[in-house]
Amino acid sequence: MSAVETPPRSTEAGHWGKDVRSDAHVAFEVRDGGGVEISLESRVAPYYGNAILEQARGVLDELGVKHARVSIHDEGALPFVIAARLEAAVRRAGLALGKRSLPAQHPPPAPSPKDRLRRSRLYLPGSEPKYYINAALHKPDAVILDLEDSVHRAEKDAARILVRNTLRAVDFGACERMVRINQLPLGLEDLADVVGESPDLILMPKVEHPQQVAEVDRMIGELKGRNGIIRPIWIMPILESALGIENAFPIAVASENVAALTIGLEDYTADLGVARTPEGRESQYARSRVVNAARAAGVQAIDSVFSDVADMDGLRRWGESSRAMGFEGMGCIHPGQIRVVHEAFAPAPAEIEKAQKIVAAFEDAQKKGLAVVSLGSKMIDPPVVQRALKLVERAKAMGVVS
Amino acid sequence: MSERVELAHNAAGRAVPTMVNGRPQIPFLGVGKFQPRGRKATTPIRSNKDYPDSGDKRVPDLETALRKCGLRDGMVISSHHHLRDGDKVALMALEAAAKIGVKDLLWFPSASFPSQKGAIELMEKGVIHHIEGSMNGPLGDYCTQGKMRGMGVLRSHGGRYQAIQDGEVHIDVAVIAAPAADFFGNADGSHGKSACGSLGFAFADSTYADYVIAVTDNLVPFPCVPWQIQGNNVDHVVEVESIGDPAKIVSGTTQITRSPDRLRIAELVAKFLREAGIMKNGFSFQAGAGGIALAFVQYLKQMMKEAGVKARFVRGGSTKVLVELLQEGLTDYILDGQTFDLDGVKSMANDPRHVATSPFTSYNYHGKGNFASLVDAVVLGATEVDVNFNANVVTHSDGRLLHGIGGWQNCLFSGCSILALPSFRDRIPVIVDEVTTLTGPGEMIDVIVTERGIAINPLRQDLLDAVKGSKLPIRPIQDIKAEVEKICGGKPAGPKLGDRPCAVVKWVDGTVLDTVWQVG
Repeated sequence: MSAVETPPRSTEAGHWGKDVRSDAHVAFEVRDGGGVEISLESRVAPYYGNAILEQARGVLDELGVKHARVSIHDEGALPFVIAARLEAAVRRAGLALGKRSLPAQHPPPAPSPKDRLRRSRLYLPGSEPKYYINAALHKPDAVILDLEDSVHRAEKDAARILVRNTLRAVDFGACERMVRINQLPLGLEDLADVVGESPDLILMPKVEHPQQVAEVDRMIGELKGRNGIIRPIWIMPILESALGIENAFPIAVASENVAALTIGLEDYTADLGVARTPEGRESQYARSRVVNAARAAGVQAIDSVFSDVADMDGLRRWGESSRAMGFEGMGCIHPGQIRVVHEAFAPAPAEIEKAQKIVAAFEDAQKKGLAVVSLGSKMIDPPVVQRALKLVERAKAMGVVS
Repeated sequence: MSERVELAHNAAGRAVPTMVNGRPQIPFLGVGKFQPRGRKATTPIRSNKDYPDSGDKRVPDLETALRKCGLRDGMVISSHHHLRDGDKVALMALEAAAKIGVKDLLWFPSASFPSQKGAIELMEKGVIHHIEGSMNGPLGDYCTQGKMRGMGVLRSHGGRYQAIQDGEVHIDVAVIAAPAADFFGNADGSHGKSACGSLGFAFADSTYADYVIAVTDNLVPFPCVPWQIQGNNVDHVVEVESIGDPAKIVSGTTQITRSPDRLRIAELVAKFLREAGIMKNGFSFQAGAGGIALAFVQYLKQMMKEAGVKARFVRGGSTKVLVELLQEGLTDYILDGQTFDLDGVKSMANDPRHVATSPFTSYNYHGKGNFASLVDAVVLGATEVDVNFNANVVTHSDGRLLHGIGGWQNCLFSGCSILALPSFRDRIPVIVDEVTTLTGPGEMIDVIVTERGIAINPLRQDLLDAVKGSKLPIRPIQDIKAEVEKICGGKPAGPKLGDRPCAVVKWVDGTVLDTVWQVG
């Protein structure tokens, strides 16, 4: 074995500092004897100092660490974060092979139906634990724990452990729990860590070929089997290049676990070599193509994000036109965007009213045993009835009608 | 402070000293139970023949002024916090006292701020014996470390007025920082380079102190109008280069929060007022200058507009947000006790509907009524609250004294007292079994609004009924507490408090509500 491959005896993980909140930094040093020695500096020391030390001893024990010097610099991190930072530091020293230390489990929410409401998904950076615990209070339809663009290359290993612990320990309420993995092959390592905690959906970035989806699907299936998971884990491929857009339909049908298609406009416009504008004319074709491919495959079409968090009017306009194009939701990079997005994707009162009338006429026809649904003097085509039924059901789920 | 302190248990079950700085104390008897008798304090008779006919009361410097006031060892010297953390006058006066060579002064500020940490050195040198007044930051720490020779006494703004009026504290020399003054001593706060708005905190001192010194960096020809402080009460006028740092006079707290969690709390508070039917034509409210309170006003403003509702008055601490309410016709008046930003200062100077008030009008126990109890709802903060709705604003859960009471206790007399708080800070739960330091009795606190839900005091069945059927997340306080403890990994360890009192918290009537113990 060359010297380069020998894991370091001193490692660190996590963050500390004046501006860091709800995180912890762990400095870890392997030693040859003398047992485990832990020192702690914490802004919550008078309240949880002993609890942190006790937890740290437990985690290190579970990870099989016998002799080490550990120094923890805590900035008010919650227990699942402290455990993740400890584990990351230990793993970086090449220890804990085949072992992990899982925090207490919060019961996961009910499994997610394939076509559930997905108006908003709130991005949570995979190395910023301070955003996790209150994310569900802002009531997005989904949260995304992101391992890709928001996580520095050197932090991927630590983020994976943190995201795994987060999926296990944090109460996300009724939110669908999504994870954005990295591009393959790194993404496969992400899956190995997170699938065991039953995320509801995996976002795959920069998908260009159906084979990539198939590979991820296979890996998820294997890991589910190994972990005894029977609930579904859906896949949402993100198309972020011209080639990805061209292959939209084959990608959408690459697995029956694909629940939605989405588009990443920052990368897509970069690939085209054009600027991204608030009106989005440059991506009109690609977005329509995604909607069409998704509908053809019978899955949802979900739009990109709107990146100016201060421009609520722009966001609203974007969301409204997005809905008009056939998208069913979009990404949110700030909790403040969620409400506007929900309003933008809600059907207009006139639409709902019309749909309710059609549904009433349909139910009336059903009762009378009529095959033809009519409203006043007009005959209503079956697809229109289907759309009305779906719209009313969605409006109920959105809480716009009771 | 080496003598044994005798303790008694008050009506709130708290152990409190029976003697504080040599004065016998009455333990808290319950809200509205203490009925003092007798006559109010007053000042020695003066004769205008002893003051210059020209009206010119200027003396060359503070040292001269203090000498002329006969400042001696052990006297009480007062100052005020209308210049907030930008104030230079209080330390200037205390340092002038040090130059004269006096010792053992009782410094009686309406509040002290971190920039006045120089007072620590003066305590070490023996110039200041102890502080009676809100202690923010380093001075609070100094006190809870047990380093102060006397006991700290924390009073609300109203409680300070009460203590002056009933003679519990007799001020020998009051030093008033004046953003504008004439040579006669008429003084105003809303004009000049150090303008701060209202001088209300100094009003009691100007009428009850034996000697009054006005210190200004903006001497205007007689008359200085409006005279918030009347020259007829002033002995000496001192001109200085600068009374304060304008950047810090206008408080930095007037930033509306951008934290989504805090915005959620603010919105829930506004919705609560709407759903409970408190937000209706002619209503009134008060909100502080904290980030949540400011955001609350923004949300409420929107709801008032949508509902076509107008307030009769709002109580300041005024800020830009309140001034906008006035200018857009959503309130008839601002009754302002303290002015937090430049928009507030300008509005008070230019708009007769923006009225300067003092703790006498707003909060005083010995007044024939006070404005605080006329306010329909007030939105406040706290460091901790317990399952019985008791709240703490002065110490942190580790027992360290870090904040003053301000008008907080007085505001609890409003029709609906709301505490708007995050349910935990860092990892520290805000809802506890028992508050570290009792600052407000639970019976006075009606609603706790956190990002995880709203808890209504069971004593307020009327409020519980009023919001029944609304979509608000109303939850029992124990329920929110349990959820937060689960998140934080169990109950926090209690503070390690010593058995030596280092300060007391007074209730609005002058009785002793609780003790601040030495830490560690």
